[in-house]
Amino acid sequence: MSEVVKKFMYLNRKAPYGTIYAWEALEVVLIGAAFDQDVSVMFLDDGVYQLTKGQDTKAIGMKNFSPTFRTLGDYEVKKIYVDRASLEARGLTQEDLVEIAWEDFETEEEIENIVEVIDSARVGELMNESDAIFSF
Amino acid sequence: MSDTIEVDGKQYGVDEEGYLANLNDWVPGIATVMAAQDNIELTDEHWDIINFLREYYEEYQIAPAVRVLTKAVGKKLGKDKGNSKYLYSLFPYGPAKQACRFAGLPKPTGCV
Amino acid sequence: MSILHTVNKSPFERNALESCLKFATDGSAVLLFEDGVYAALKGTAVEPHVSDALGRLKVYVLGPDLQARGFSAERIIEGISVVDYAGFVDLAAENGKVQAWL
Repeated sequence: MSEVVKKFMYLNRKAPYGTIYAWEALEVVLIGAAFDQDVSVMFLDDGVYQLTKGQDTKAIGMKNFSPTFRTLGDYEVKKIYVDRASLEARGLTQEDLVEIAWEDFETEEEIENIVEVIDSARVGELMNESDAIFSF
Repeated sequence: MSDTIEVDGKQYGVDEEGYLANLNDWVPGIATVMAAQDNIELTDEHWDIINFLREYYEEYQIAPAVRVLTKAVGKKLGKDKGNSKYLYSLFPYGPAKQACRFAGLPKPTGCV
Repeated sequence: MSILHTVNKSPFERNALESCLKFATDGSAVLLFEDGVYAALKGTAVEPHVSDALGRLKVYVLGPDLQARGFSAERIIEGISVVDYAGFVDLAAENGKVQAWL
């Protein structure tokens, strides 16, 4: 059977912890990795808060899933995009965000950080280029 | 099916699929008993994988899917171990599923 | 009798904070918690509104929720006080009435 690789985009617009969306989205991305598609994850609006460094949920008694984002590279997610305007409106910069490495285990090709901050126009283009958008 | 497993005279809660209810309850004896129930005697090679899984969970807060486990084991323990044939020889019911259960982790995300 | 207003929604997603600041009368206490804590951070698009309100309202933010989201006390707007769960309870007790802007 010939396989057509499709471009999947997971679109995140919700802050973590206040609602279940962020964690559910992350689980869907991890499960979806088994389908061998071209996967990107986009963070817009309050979704950018999911990637902040130094999250510590001990005092609120919830699972801290921030470290799990760092496995996305292992799960064949090639690109993680963050909308610059969303960051700026929240007083944040790329410095505030976790770094996510990617490595091809066969070729040992490595990318230190696949998190890329992009302009809103580019966000729109990438949405257009996607075959499917999963929205959270 | 019982909802507890007895190890060294102590009862530990497990879910309906046999996964340890509370990750922090884990002691190595749990792995030994679970393995015995599956007719496996744990060797150093098994323990390498079990310990690897616990470290992976500690760092990333998830149990890896089997393909991710295979790649990560290859990187950490050498290419000869980072293949599914080797891992299935140790854990015939599936390296992620069975080894995660022995390691006291939840069922890996993406497993059905 | 004074009121403690609570806001647990992100100011970028809902208008809970906006309404709270509009209707809370001078001298009232406002507690930001859960996703509401994002309103307490410096350098955001809503900072001017929050800073304006600080002149007439007492604003608090729940520390554990800030910490969970990766922010330390030094990232919050000057004049906002960080409280813990016990402080939350004290505020509720002191004010007698609680209006939750859900």
